[in-house]
This record gives sequence, C-alpha cells and structure tokens, in this order.
Amino acid sequence: MNKLCNRDELTALRHACAGALQLETKRILVCAGTGCVSSGSMKIFERLKTLLEGKNIPVSVELVHEPHGESVGLKECGCHGFCEMGPLVRIEPQGWLYTKTRLEDCEEIVERTILGGERIERLMFQKDGAVYPKQDEIPFYQKQTRVVLEHCGQIDATSIREYLGFGGYSAFETALFDRTPDDIIDEITKSNLRGRGGGGFPAGRKWAQVRRQTEPVKYVVCNGDEGDPGAFMDRSVMEGDPHRMLEGMMIAGLACGAAEGYIYVRAEYPLAVKRLRRAIAQAEELGLLGEHILGTDFNFMLHIARGAGAFVCGEGSALTASIEGKRGMPRVKPPRTVEHGLFDKPTVLNNVETFANVPLIINRGADWYRSIGPENSPGTKAFALTGNIVNTGLIEVPMGTTLREVIFDIGGGVRDGKAFKAVQIGGPSGGCLTSEDLDLPLDFDSLKKAGAMIGSGGLVVMDEDTCMVEVARFFMHFTQNESCGKCVPCREGTKRMLAILERIVEGKGEEGDIELLLELADTITATALCGLGKSAASPVVSTIRSFRDEYEAHIREKRCPAGSCQKLKRIWIDPALCKGCSKCAKSCPVNAISGQIKQPFSIDLSKCIRCESCISTCAFHAIREG
Amino acid sequence: MQPTFDYSAVDDILSLYGKKESNIIAILQDVQERYHYLPREVFPYLSGALGVSEARLYSVATFYENFSLEAKGRFVIRVCDGTACHVRKSIPILERLRKELGLSEANKTTADRGFTVETVSCLGACGLAPVITVNDQVYPAMTPDKASELITALRAQLAAESEGASA
Amino acid sequence: MEQRAFTTVDGIPVEINGEKNLLELIRKAGIKLPTFCYHSELSVYGACRMCMVETERGGLEAACSTPPKSGMVIKTNTERLRRYRKNILELLLANHCRDCTTCGNNGKCKLQDLAMRFNIEGVRFPNTAPQQQKDESSLCIARDSAKCILCGDCVRMCNEVQAVGAIDFAHRGSKMEISTAFCVPIAESPCVGCGQCAAVCPTGAIVVRDNANRVWRALDDRGVKVTAQIAPAVRVALGRELGLREGENSMGKIVAALHRMGFDEVYDTSTGADLTVLEESEELLAHLESGSDLPLFTSCCPAWVQFCEKTFPQLLPHVSTCRSPMEMFAAVIKEQEKTSSRTQFHVAVMPCTAKKFEAARDEFCVNGVPNVDAVITTQELIRMIKESGVVFEDLEPEALDMPFGVTSGAGVIFGVTGGVTEAVLRRLASDKSRGGLYASALTGVRGMKGVKEASVPYLDREVRIAIVSGLANADALVRKIIAGEAHYDFVEVMACPGGCVSGAGQPYSSSAAKAERGEGLYAVDRVSSVKRSEENSLVQALYGDVLKGRVHELLHVDYVKDGGHNA
Repeated sequence: MNKLCNRDELTALRHACAGALQLETKRILVCAGTGCVSSGSMKIFERLKTLLEGKNIPVSVELVHEPHGESVGLKECGCHGFCEMGPLVRIEPQGWLYTKTRLEDCEEIVERTILGGERIERLMFQKDGAVYPKQDEIPFYQKQTRVVLEHCGQIDATSIREYLGFGGYSAFETALFDRTPDDIIDEITKSNLRGRGGGGFPAGRKWAQVRRQTEPVKYVVCNGDEGDPGAFMDRSVMEGDPHRMLEGMMIAGLACGAAEGYIYVRAEYPLAVKRLRRAIAQAEELGLLGEHILGTDFNFMLHIARGAGAFVCGEGSALTASIEGKRGMPRVKPPRTVEHGLFDKPTVLNNVETFANVPLIINRGADWYRSIGPENSPGTKAFALTGNIVNTGLIEVPMGTTLREVIFDIGGGVRDGKAFKAVQIGGPSGGCLTSEDLDLPLDFDSLKKAGAMIGSGGLVVMDEDTCMVEVARFFMHFTQNESCGKCVPCREGTKRMLAILERIVEGKGEEGDIELLLELADTITATALCGLGKSAASPVVSTIRSFRDEYEAHIREKRCPAGSCQKLKRIWIDPALCKGCSKCAKSCPVNAISGQIKQPFSIDLSKCIRCESCISTCAFHAIREG
Repeated sequence: MQPTFDYSAVDDILSLYGKKESNIIAILQDVQERYHYLPREVFPYLSGALGVSEARLYSVATFYENFSLEAKGRFVIRVCDGTACHVRKSIPILERLRKELGLSEANKTTADRGFTVETVSCLGACGLAPVITVNDQVYPAMTPDKASELITALRAQLAAESEGASA
Repeated sequence: MEQRAFTTVDGIPVEINGEKNLLELIRKAGIKLPTFCYHSELSVYGACRMCMVETERGGLEAACSTPPKSGMVIKTNTERLRRYRKNILELLLANHCRDCTTCGNNGKCKLQDLAMRFNIEGVRFPNTAPQQQKDESSLCIARDSAKCILCGDCVRMCNEVQAVGAIDFAHRGSKMEISTAFCVPIAESPCVGCGQCAAVCPTGAIVVRDNANRVWRALDDRGVKVTAQIAPAVRVALGRELGLREGENSMGKIVAALHRMGFDEVYDTSTGADLTVLEESEELLAHLESGSDLPLFTSCCPAWVQFCEKTFPQLLPHVSTCRSPMEMFAAVIKEQEKTSSRTQFHVAVMPCTAKKFEAARDEFCVNGVPNVDAVITTQELIRMIKESGVVFEDLEPEALDMPFGVTSGAGVIFGVTGGVTEAVLRRLASDKSRGGLYASALTGVRGMKGVKEASVPYLDREVRIAIVSGLANADALVRKIIAGEAHYDFVEVMACPGGCVSGAGQPYSSSAAKAERGEGLYAVDRVSSVKRSEENSLVQALYGDVLKGRVHELLHVDYVKDGGHNA
C-alpha cells in the first residue's frame, strides 16, 4: 500500500474501506481475545474458513478496498468481554452472538446461519428459559454503554483498513488539519477526561503542562502495564482495537509537541504486543506514523517497550525508568513526569483507556462526553468483573453506575447462589466494599470517599465463603512481593504486615495484632515514596474497617468464620455417630486420633494437621469439619 | 575447559537494538528468548558492548521477575495467582503441580530440566479463572485433576521427544 | 533588587539562598534533620523517609527532595513525625544485626545514633534476615550485609562519583541487597579499593579493613624496629576527633603520639613525595621531548592505577612509572636499614584505603616481604591513639626523626587535588623566585573542583595540564582523550574527590571540612622553609647515596608488564 501523502488521500482510502465493508454482506466475527483464543477460538476460525472455502463461498479474511464482489467477512475480532461464555462468534448483520461455540458447531453455522440465514438457538445465550439471540439484548450487555470498547468484538482487530472503514483516524485528521494544539487541549480539558489509570488526574491539565515546557524534545508514553491482578481492560483495548489507542497517542503528540511515543506493555500480554506491533507497522506503511505525516510538518514515531515482570512499573517514574533500561524503581518527586519524565524530557503519561477515549472526544465533542456520567467524573469506565460472579468478563458502563447494577444486573450476581460478601476494587491498592456500599456510584470521588479507589478498574467479587483476613493476606503478599524495595516503609513495613497476617490466618494471632497492623499501615501510607507504597496497606485497612470481627475471631477464638483458612479448620468426631471402629485412627498420619474400641474416638487438635484423610475413611460420616 | 561461548546470537541481538543503554531490557529479553535463560557468559560481553557495568546488568536482570539466571525446563508452567484465579482456588492447582513434579517454592525446575513451575501475579485471563500457561499457551478453567492429566500428557510428549532425539 | 524569599521552619523564617532542597535549608536553621540517604555530593535518592517534614496543611514531604518555596511553612518535629520516624527506625533495626559493641562502626553509626536520639526502647518484630557471609576478600574494605539498611549511598558513590560500578542493587523488595555482579567477592569485582563506599556507609555494612592489631603486635615485639611514615593529608584530618580544629596541622602531636606508643622512628611521606616530584618531572620532560605516550598520567593514587588496569589497560603505557610517594619512601627506608640487626617493620599512616592494596602488590615486595608492612588509615590511627590512652590534645609537638625527617612544602601539598601538579610545576619553573612560586599556585591548579585545567609555558611550548579528582571525572576525561576530543600533556588523577584529604581512610566529613583540610596543607606549605622538592637536602643526598645507580629499581615500577594481574 502506498503512503498517504495528504488529507484527500486519507479521506479517499477511508471511503474505499467503508465501501469494501458494505460488500461484506455477511460477517462472522470470531473472538480472538486471549480468553477465547485459549478456549480454542482460532481453531474455530480456521475451520470456518476451510468450510466456507470448500463451499466456494467468497470469503474475505482481510478487508481489501479494491473493487470486488460481495463476500462473507470472516474476522479475528477483539474481546467481546463475555469471556465466561467463550469462544464467542458474532454473526452480522443480524447481531447474533453464539456462545461456547465448539469445533463441531462450525458446519452447522455455515450451513444454517450463513447460507440459510437461520439462527441456531442452542448456541445462543439462554437464561431462565429465555433465549437471547442478539448480543445487545443479553442482560450482560444491556446495561452497558460501550463507547471505548465499541469496536471490540465488532471489527477486525488486525486490520487498519477495517478501522478506517469504521471511521478510524478521523479524529486525528481533524486534529491535524482543523485544530491547533491549544484547541485540542481545550477540548480535552473541557471534556474533563480524567486519567483512567488510577489517580484520576485530568488529562487536559497534564497535556497543557507538558505543552508549556520549553524543552523541544518531549514524549508521549502509554502505560499498558496493567499489573493489577484481576484487571484486563487495557489488554482488551490493546488486543481488540489497537488503532484507537494509537490514534489517541498521536493526537496527544500533536497537542503537546512530541514527536516520539512509547507504549509500555507488560510481558504477560504477548498477544497485545503482537497486535500493537502490527498496528504500528500498518500505520507506518500508510504514512500515518513517520515523518511529514499526511504532507504536514508533524512527525510522530511509536515504539513498544515490553515490561519484564514488575508490578511497580505501573507507577509513572518506575515505568519511564524501565523504558530507559533501568530497574523500575520510582523516584522522588518533584520534578514531576510532565517536567522531567522519560529520558529526563517532558512527558505525557496516560494509560491505555485514557488514550482510547481521546478520538471519541475529538470526534463527538466535549459536550457529548460530559453528557455521560456524573459532572466530576464524566465518561464511561471499563471494569473487569471477576471472582465469584456469574458473568465474569469485561464491561463498560457510564461512570456513576452503582455497584449493585454492575454486580447484579450485568454480572448476574454471585455464583452458585451464594451470598454476596464484598467486592475488592482497585486491586492491591484499593479497598473492599461491602453490601452496605452496593448503592455507591462508581466514580473517582465517591470511591475515594468510601476508602477505595477506582484504580484501573478491577472488580473482584467475593462470596460468603471468602475469608477477608485471607484476602488481606493475599493482597499484602502480592504487594510485598512486588515492592521495589527502595523506601524503608514499603520494603520493611509490608514485610512485617504480611508476617502478622500470616500468623493470624494460621491461628497464631495475638492480642494487639490489629492495632500493630493499623499502626504500620499508618506509617506506610504517610511516608512511602510512591503511590503504590502509599496505598499498599489499603486492603488491610479496609478489611479491618469492615470485617474487624473476622480478624478478632481468628485472633481470639482461632476460628475462621468463613471456614476457609486451612490451618484453622477443626475436625471433630461426633460421639453420637462414632461406633469406635478405630478405622480413622489407623488412617491418621500423625496419630492424632485415639480412643477405645467401641467407644467414641476423639481427635487431638494440637496434633491434627487437617489433612482430612480420616473423614473419607469413616463409614458412619461421624467425622465433621467446622 | 569450558567450551567457549558462541556470541554470534548475542551479536545479532545487539545489532538489532543498537548498543544503547536504554535497550538493556529488550536485549536481555531477546537473549532470554534465545537461551530460555540469561547465561552468565553473556554479562561481561554485554557489559563491554554497552558500556554498562556488569553489576548494573545483574541489578536489572534480578529486578524483573521474568528474567531467569538459571536454565528453565522444557515446559514452563506458570500458575496464575491473580486475585480472580486466587479466589477461584488456584493454590490447590499449584500444589498439585508441585506434588506431581516433586517441586517446591524454592526448587522450581525438575532435575531433568523437563518442567519449571512458577506463579505469575495475573495473566489477564481472569474470565477463565483459574488459568495456567504452558510455554505461553493458556489453559483455562483448571482444576487439580486437570493439572495432573496435563502433566501426564506433557510427560508423554517429553518422552516422545527424547526418543526422537536419540533415534 | 531581587526580593528575598523565606521559608518558615518551626516558626523561624529562614532565608532561601539557593538551597536545592528543604533539608539543606533546615540544616541552615540549625536543625539536624535525621537522614540516612542524603548526601549533598550524591543524587537525591529519597528512600529512607526519615527527613519527612509536615507542611502547614498537614501534608508530609521528604525534605531531601522538596525545593524550598517562598512562604512555605513547615514543621520538623511533630508528634506524627516522631511516631513515623520511630517506626521506620524500628523497622530498620528489626532486620539489623544489633551487635553494636563489637561493630567496626560502633560510635560512628548513624542507625545507632538515631536509635539513641529517638529513644527506641524495643523492637516488636523478630529478625528474619537470612544469615549471610561477610565479604572479607578485599584488603581495603569489608562488607557485612547483615548491617546494610539499603540506603544506596554506596551504590551511588561507586557509580555516580567513582564510575567504578563494582556494586549495585540486586533483586527487589524485601529480597533486595547490595551486590556485585553474581555476588562474586568484592575483590574479584571491578572494585579499586577507593573505599568511598565505606566513607558514606551510615552503618557498619561496609567498613575499612583494620590492620591496627598487626601494628600493635610489631610494637610489642622488642626484636622489631618499627618505623612509620605519615601521609600529608593525615595531619589535617586527624585532629578534630581528638579535640583539635578541622584542618589544623597536628603533625607534631602525631609524631609525639607515635613515639609514646612505641614507634622507633617517625617520618613524613612528603619526603617520598619530593622524590616523586623529581622523578616524575624527569619523566614528563622525557615524554615531552620524544612526544610519545602523551599525556602522562600520574601514578600516586593506587585506586586510579587499579582503575586504569581494570578499565583502560591500553592506557597503562601513559601512566607514570614512578612509584607512589609511600612506596618510593618505603623502598628507600627499607634499603637503608637493610643491614640493621633488628627486623624492620614499616608502617604507613594513610588517608587512603587503596594503599592497603598497593602495599601488598608484588611489585612492592622484596623477597616476598612488602616494603610497607602495614598500612593504617587516619581512622585506625585515631583509634590506636585512643586505645593507648594518650591524651592527644595535651601532647607537646615533637620533631620528625633522623635520618629521613627532612621535608619540603611541595611534598606536603600532595595531599590535596592539584598538589602533585603544583609541586611538579615548581620543579619545572625556570623562575625560582617567590614570584615563581605564586605563579605556579595561580595557574588554576588549586581548589576543590573535580576537573581543573592549566596551561604553562615550558621552553618553547605550552604544557597542557588537566587535574581531575573523583574517578567519574577521570573516566569522562579519559574517554574524551581516547576519542581525540581532548588533548593534554600531563594529567593528575586522584580517585577521591578533592584528593587525599577526602580519602576514605579519613574521618567522614562534609565537603566544606574537606576544603578546610586542603587549606590546612597549603598553610603548612606557606610556613615551610623549603618550598621545592629539589631543594630538599636529604633528597639530594639520597641520590648520591642509596639511590646511586638504583633509581629505577627503587623508585619506579612497571605496571604494564604486570597488567594488574595480581589484583
């Protein structure tokens, strides 16, 4: 493909691509997100291709914009979000969604759906006896507002032409030809777009600060180091709609006067790296990246830096250090990243979702953007819904949607009919919210007030069987393991907090432990060097606040109310049922069971290792847990 | 005498990235991709080429979880212990894998270099929790029993490979 | 007129006068803010979090990394701050080996000092740190990770100021440690023994190796004749810890103290320096004449020589073949006393840790016996004096012994950066008047700057001179020279910033104090009757006597041949 030399050529290509899309009268979109790929979606893709070709049906796997006849489009698309039901296959123009598709279903899909235009109800989402043929009608999608993720699942994630056909790079075009850098920044500022990476700092203000710097060399950096366990929003955008993010970064470069950008992607996302590399190569080929873009004086290059496994690199200064080839240790501020960022130059650093919002704002305007969500946190937010929830997956809702709507309406409530206990929001830096908080609107300020944070948007739902002390221990273990080790409070403090939590879940907690945890938490929060350190203790503080009684039960009664802490399990013999056969005593590997034949036996808890081997040997079901 | 180390692969990587300090991580990643770990011989060589002290290279290599200074197994099994996988019981899977292979937290690779078992904080495939990966291929919705089956299958593959190699 | 700006520190308005951070400003206000990781000569690291201060609105800022602003109101000592500082100290102590009384840094440890200041009464956490082997592979420094608080001062010193890169952080989080590459013993790393890491280490994690016991043993042995040479920089750095003023010349008292402790004869290394001046001047002239192997680098500093051997071996032909003043002098003394009936034990008191390594080099051994039997640093001497019970400040000064107790001012200024060059310039100058002396001093050789340049006419040409101190400065300069971007005839290199007065064997002090020590040496020069090395009558006599026909054997060394392989 030739380089586009001016605006007209870009417009023409976009028209051609849109026209070519029209010729794909039927489209099969196979989800090629990490989730569905691991459930075998690529095999389904190949099978469909072979079947269609075998029947001499014209298939277009790649969008070509030269004139040609009608065809069936068969595309690898981005994550639909409904990972639980994968592999997912979307059928257009009907908008049907086939779930849990198997290889054996392919023949039928081609025969009945593509050739016959019929729907296969068996493959459609069903709930309470009702069949939901259309994707939009499925409760999981109904309450969502997918704008940032609008393309995910709808377009070929590997094709710049398809992105163009859907109107791609028009925001960049507008920004480049019809707006001044100040116009762009004004629009972003007016939209009140707040950084989606956690802090919620207004993007427009950040951009303006970078623009003001007199240093001629500046950088745009995209934080794709989505390290929060239980979060995969950014991954979906990078994999499913990489060009939108690129476009956002290009607009940022234009607005701030940067000619180079870096995308920092965590190493655990090989598919995202692949898709982004391809997207960059495509944009370079078309001359949308490079020098004298579309015949103007604007130059912009993008590079990918792969992370190497360090959660702390999600912190701005650690991330730039990592791109520079150093240990990812945060540095003291000031100077801030906007003044001295990457390679010591002024740097715009935003996360994936933030950049992906930018083309929308330029295209549809700040007023449109502010019409979604509350005044102070406008727009939508993507959340990863995971844990003990019926519908796990990726969702996008207007800011300010309540937790209840997200968990119960979209998420379908707690799995296996269990009771809702809490939801951890914001990952290891966030806090947990309980049933009392269910009507809390999800936005930056409300969550902060509630002692949690939106973070990057991971929502992990926990049911009644989840021990909150164990959850706190889990997060502390994570944070401790990921602490860079630079500042004393985080390095030493989290280690000590973890040791205390480990003692508590093992039944060795002592009176005063809760107070000591809170004291350490206070010191760490107040004195740690970076944002991650300052928030390291949040899961502990918030679980103590909401579930202090669980801590106390562990410490004082050596009991885990949720019954999940292995070391606190009590195994006992019901004397009413025990026949005194001694079978259990023989099965015990540590000789903890004793008694006289034909008399009820008993277990010495000081010896018992809770291996449970006695339970299965008892023919009379006399051995109980709890 | 130790056989002399062949640096031509390292030279290729260096020429791909350029001898710039800022490319240390990318260079180490490619070296690791080539050798499946970071051989010690590479450090003085890179130190000379990049003008960076060996201690600094070692410091970077030990900071990031993904770099390994020890040779890994043919199959690298990574058990996700992200929040979503954790609450859906990933630890029993890890324990089963370790038991099957006779490994522990300290001892991650089998003596025959067949398997390495590690944990990873999140693979971002939370919708399919709990997941594990084997050499970057994702296995969704795992259970301890499925893990055992997987090990059996991989062992068979390993045996077939070594037979093929000796034949 | 520029408006004056003030920050209010604990209710007192303190004027901002270019202080880069609040910590400096607070110090100016007379408050000793606790910190482990702040050093004005190193980059700001901000990791210990001890220097946090409270702002008016109750926010906390690390003073080391916050620039002072006009109108800022801060408090340095509040209930919260005290609580946090105590907690941080407790956390550090929890992992720390707490055998204070037997620690090499006992009494000088910042952790010990702050634990005392903040009245830490107990540690609520068990010490779970894994047992670690001490690294005593180096002759210069010893490392004990159990005492490391990971402030990173040594890493920044080794990399930023010295460009040696022997150590760095390894691993992360609670597994983080300071390490050589692959944890090899420090002696097998690029370490050059400059000891600056030990100088900035707030605890006993890196200490200078102590050889005092060997000296005591020799002193106790009646069959052994113990002689000593005292390096120039020692006399201006030792006094402060023993009741004198920083920079005050205490040579007379040192001689007296050593006599009291049982040393048979006490000499001044500046005599050796005079020999060096004469030899190095000759060498420079030869190089200038032939035009080959220029620039000529000095070789007085053993850390620099080793740095050269390890980093720039191709440069060794450019390094002066002159032995260091210590080694020249020791060779002469040992040679002269060869026929004595008593066993000779020669002690060098040095501001330097690398000298311990230099003394052990094969090149400076005769039949396997080193010419310098023991090198002790200024700090070790201070301890020995304290141990002996001699009340230093009450001592009456005594004179050097004979036959070698004759010195010149030129030899004394070797202890400060630029001193070697100035001494050589005095030798080379055709103008031997007092005016000529002043002229040499005014060429730009003086001052504590890390890189200095001078240009002096010699016969029909200009001799271009560079003077660098701090190995990072040397490294940068050498790279420029190799790249052909800089051209010099003579380059003086001292590994420690500011020269030997800042040696790692000296008591640790601020840069201002180091400058005072330098001034102290110039003051000694001013009152010395002999200003030029060639006018030292003893040195003149030596050439006609012990050195006759043996100048090369006793005063020179071939580093190229050995290539540092015995390092």
